[in-house]
Amino acid sequence: MGQAVPVVELKGITKRFPGIVANDSISLDLRQGEIHALLGENGAGKSTLMSILFGLYQPDEGEIRINGNKETIDGPGKAIKLGIGMVHQHFKLVQNFTVAENIVLGIEPRRGMAIDYRRANDRVRQLSEQYGLKVDPEVKIEEITVGMQQRVEILKTLYRGAEILIFDEPTAVLTVQEIQELIRILRSLAAEGKSIILITHKLKEIMEVSDRVTVIRRGKVVDTLATAETNESELAEKMVGRRVSFEMETQRCEPGGVLVRIDKLTCQGAGKGKNILEEISMHIRAGEIYGLAGVDGNGQKELVEAIAGLRPIHSGSVRLGDSDLTQAGVRERMAAGMAQIPEDRQKHGLVLDFAVSENMVLTAYADDRFGKRGFLNDKEIRRHAVRLAHEFDVRSAGIQVPMRSLSGGNQQKAIIARELTREPRLLIAVQPTRGLDIGAIEFVHERLMQAKNEGKAILLVSYELDELYKLSDRIAVINEGRIMGELEREDVSDEKLGLMMAGHRINGTNKAEVRHERQPEF
Amino acid sequence: MSDNRSFREWSRIFVASSLWVPIIAIVLGLVCGALVMWIGGYNAFEAYGALFDKVFGSKYDIGETVRTITPLLFTGLSVGFAFRAGLFNIGADGQFIMGMTGATLIGIKIDFLPWIVHAPLTLVGGMLIGGLWGALAGYLKSSRGVNEVISCIMLNWIALYLSNYLIRTLVLKPGTQRSELIRDSASMSIRWLSSFMENARMDWGIVVGLICTSLFYIVLWRTKQGYELRAVGFNPEAARFSGINVPKNMLKSMMIAGMFAGIGGVFEVLGVFHYQVISAASAGYGFDGIAVALLGGNHPVGILLSSILFGVLTYGSAGMNFSASVPTEIVRIVIGCIIFFVASQGLIQMLYKPFMARREAKRKEAA
Amino acid sequence: MKKNAMKSASLLLATATSLGLVLSGCGSNNAGNNGAASPSASAPASESASPSESASPSASAESIGAGKKIGMATDTGGVNDKSFNQQAWEALEKVAKDTGAEAKYLESKKDADYQPNLNQFVKDGYALTWGIGFLFDDAMKTVAEQNPDAQLALIDSTVDMPNVQSVLFKENEGSFLVGVVAGMMTETNNIGFVGGMELPVIKKFEAGFKAGVAAVNPDAVVNTNYVGDFSKPDLGKLAAATLYDGGADIVFHAAGGSGNGVFTEAKDRLSAGKKVWVIGVDKDQSLEFGSEVTLTSMMKKVDEAVYKVTSEALSGNFQGGTTTVLGLAEGGVGLPADNPNVPQEVLDKVEEYKQKIISGEIAVPTE
Repeated sequence: MGQAVPVVELKGITKRFPGIVANDSISLDLRQGEIHALLGENGAGKSTLMSILFGLYQPDEGEIRINGNKETIDGPGKAIKLGIGMVHQHFKLVQNFTVAENIVLGIEPRRGMAIDYRRANDRVRQLSEQYGLKVDPEVKIEEITVGMQQRVEILKTLYRGAEILIFDEPTAVLTVQEIQELIRILRSLAAEGKSIILITHKLKEIMEVSDRVTVIRRGKVVDTLATAETNESELAEKMVGRRVSFEMETQRCEPGGVLVRIDKLTCQGAGKGKNILEEISMHIRAGEIYGLAGVDGNGQKELVEAIAGLRPIHSGSVRLGDSDLTQAGVRERMAAGMAQIPEDRQKHGLVLDFAVSENMVLTAYADDRFGKRGFLNDKEIRRHAVRLAHEFDVRSAGIQVPMRSLSGGNQQKAIIARELTREPRLLIAVQPTRGLDIGAIEFVHERLMQAKNEGKAILLVSYELDELYKLSDRIAVINEGRIMGELEREDVSDEKLGLMMAGHRINGTNKAEVRHERQPEF
Repeated sequence: MSDNRSFREWSRIFVASSLWVPIIAIVLGLVCGALVMWIGGYNAFEAYGALFDKVFGSKYDIGETVRTITPLLFTGLSVGFAFRAGLFNIGADGQFIMGMTGATLIGIKIDFLPWIVHAPLTLVGGMLIGGLWGALAGYLKSSRGVNEVISCIMLNWIALYLSNYLIRTLVLKPGTQRSELIRDSASMSIRWLSSFMENARMDWGIVVGLICTSLFYIVLWRTKQGYELRAVGFNPEAARFSGINVPKNMLKSMMIAGMFAGIGGVFEVLGVFHYQVISAASAGYGFDGIAVALLGGNHPVGILLSSILFGVLTYGSAGMNFSASVPTEIVRIVIGCIIFFVASQGLIQMLYKPFMARREAKRKEAA
Repeated sequence: MKKNAMKSASLLLATATSLGLVLSGCGSNNAGNNGAASPSASAPASESASPSESASPSASAESIGAGKKIGMATDTGGVNDKSFNQQAWEALEKVAKDTGAEAKYLESKKDADYQPNLNQFVKDGYALTWGIGFLFDDAMKTVAEQNPDAQLALIDSTVDMPNVQSVLFKENEGSFLVGVVAGMMTETNNIGFVGGMELPVIKKFEAGFKAGVAAVNPDAVVNTNYVGDFSKPDLGKLAAATLYDGGADIVFHAAGGSGNGVFTEAKDRLSAGKKVWVIGVDKDQSLEFGSEVTLTSMMKKVDEAVYKVTSEALSGNFQGGTTTVLGLAEGGVGLPADNPNVPQEVLDKVEEYKQKIISGEIAVPTE
């Protein structure tokens, strides 16, 4: 295009792993001062490509040019020398070191034998101001938020003189506000002349921040587009390879009567001090998705545990239909019709070393149909697993392979299959689409809507407002273990939710409660 | 077709986790032993030859090798079972001793029952006492959160001294450091087989051991209880989320583990010695069991095979010493090396992965 | 008598397991290659015993052993126990050298090994097979019953079979004499005794020692302290410290390897400026621990007994079914020839009592 030489030029990069071609002749160029998004589903080959650029892998074919010169990047050390910095998805920070100590780690400024901390602090502060990062160099990592830690990672690369920054799924761990802040930072970095590659599968962010997008599918470049000349649905289509629907047709079947009554639920924290949950009340109707919004760590986890029977309840009650389950155990609640899609699917929802078929009965193996007199009916378990895998499109190399070998999306599908086929009356879904790609998200959302339409009550806990908007009939907000208010779908706005998430009760609250108290009950 | 599939499944269960690792570990262990012998100026071929001669040389030796294998099988099963539920049963030694003590007491103190009742009663009694000993550590873990490794080590010593005390005060043969002989009605020796095997000490232990090996498999992979135990072992959090009572399962697994070790102790008394000695230190079968379980990948068939291997090596080491004048310690080095290589799986995988990958590639080319 | 402590010590993790085995493998037997002593081996026999004199090898003695084999099974202490296993082996090496016979030993790692080890020799047609220590009691009896043609010998215990020659020592008589030394030389009238385990044989040491002290110094008290183990020097040190702190200036130990700790404690006190004495056991322990703390030793001449019985058996005089009891009269127990720390008048007194015991004027109690 007659412009200056691109800062990074990848030509025909191919990388094979046993069994798959992760990158198949990929070409890509990054211009000075540009934010270039790399879009693709999980497993499309984005991370492999960037690992090659950062020197973690060697390409089997193809060449890399930095500022027009052909380079062989044989390790991260070489990459850093060439001015490439990478902000990993999982931070690599020493928790009990200060910000500055982490940043200078390995290349500390010295005065004689000693580390010159003052110089380190000053330099970090100066960098922080230059790019508007607002990082205090003297606090310890363990004392700052995740968003701050990410900025420390950014500073680390800048301190090492990076001109080319790679961000690997930077928004996966951030809250809504932090994402906005990050986008601002990315812009200011670009404005200062840094060139940025942004790996992501979130379309909205791309539209908001990037200049150009390269879409990768199954190891191949599908297209490179100027962001201004495209839109979300086009990108989604290119990424997934087919049409994707964004708006859920909200078949708003009228919710039935109240099925789940949680009244003044209070739980104590580990210490003696304040209650971790304080008089939480919510009534969920049959055929309703009840969304729970809030910033991570405000009691969502504890509330779900209390409802599911995993945490002792200090006072208040949990009732499902006619049965009072306040004192019931997990198994008893399941029998009464509760099911849960846990937030951490690998830690809480699955036994990764069990076969797929064994995982499919994790919450149902005790049923008589899976074996009588204490023995397991292997044949029935396998048949069940085959049926579920087919119905819910769980893709694996067979139902006997360990769950570990499945992709995240398929693992989640397996949990959803398992829990929904138990025909629960209440389904608690916590972050059901976390870490999934668009295709899988779509699938999960469809299944939740279907369950709702079948008359199940669903409690949806999510940190992503888009998801809550899209699915919920009502949304409540939790802040520091208290419900700040509850809004009908029509009344929801970003502004109101934002205020409640920040800890303000809004006036609508009481009215909503009163109104819902008046609902006819069965 | 269906045969093929069932074989695949069968092999998947205990082979897929990598049969190569133990096999290569064994070979490397033997090589290391040979190396040490070579450094020491011995002929390794002659030594290993003598080892196998000793084991298979006569009916007597074969019988005594089986006798050596039996306790290793039981303690291996014990450690392996607890491992499956995510617990490290380092207390198999104490449970073994309690099994011995229970068998000694019941075998001596009860004198009015016929064999058909007395022997099984003694077996069950010893088994339950061993199980109780395991359950003690299990209880401390499940209700008080005491790390089972620590409580097991403590209980090992308590078992040793308690057993010494009980024998001394209740059934001591005067003027000696051992108990009276157990009643003939409690004996588990197989006389006719012993005389057939040139007086080797043969007993029902190995038969019961094989039954226990299959029970190990059936309980863990064919029952709901076993499903729970394995779920707890792999991921206690997920087990809790799915309504499994994790503490109760830990208690159960330790109890069953203790029963396996206890039976091992029972046969040491009822089959091999017919008495129990007051001893300042344990014979260490429980600790050998850790190695057996580790090499056997905590799978019953693996444990059976590795107990045979360790039994053969241990018994054969005397022959190595005898015929080739190689110190028996060499065999401990070999066993030590095997365990080391099993434990450092990564090392072995490093060795065979490239090899396997090449073979895979070749096969593809051919196809 | 040293028990295999190494093994039970350190088996925490899998790698630790392997490490432990390797360590115990490396550490315990540097003389393993002495497993077979051919006639040409330059085997140093014990200093004190002078078996060659008593057996005065004539021209015929040179050849009586030719083509014959003698075997010895150690107890779990192993051949380098610095105690009777080692003495016995040294004696057999000397027999081999003097007579042209071939000698071999097998170490028992566990109680269960006693029987197969004895059987190994018997089945290999050995002319004489030794079991060292009272722990062989039952195994010896069984093997003797099953192999009526075999010639067997046993130390420290009696097996009443026509093909077993038993050797016992009158430890009480020798202990009486060191008791006389202690009773006369104590300045605090406070004397200590450290025992290994409360076995009949150790009780004989204690009883004789106490009688000896009482005979020459009725005012002196003898305090006893049993360690409970033959292979725990740390506990031996502790036991000795307790006795010395209680005012004792002389401590007699009959505690095998645990007794090494008694010497360590005495040396510590000596370097802190406090003079205390230890009376050694089995061998002249001043040779090993130095004469600055070793007052004298109660020698139990296992080597002489083994040499004598073996030589007799080789020349066709095996006395199966008999029990040889070696006391002062037979020279089986007693003080070393050289006692630099004991004044002549005390030695005179010792000699006087020795004669009284031999003549039967004094009967030394055994418990």
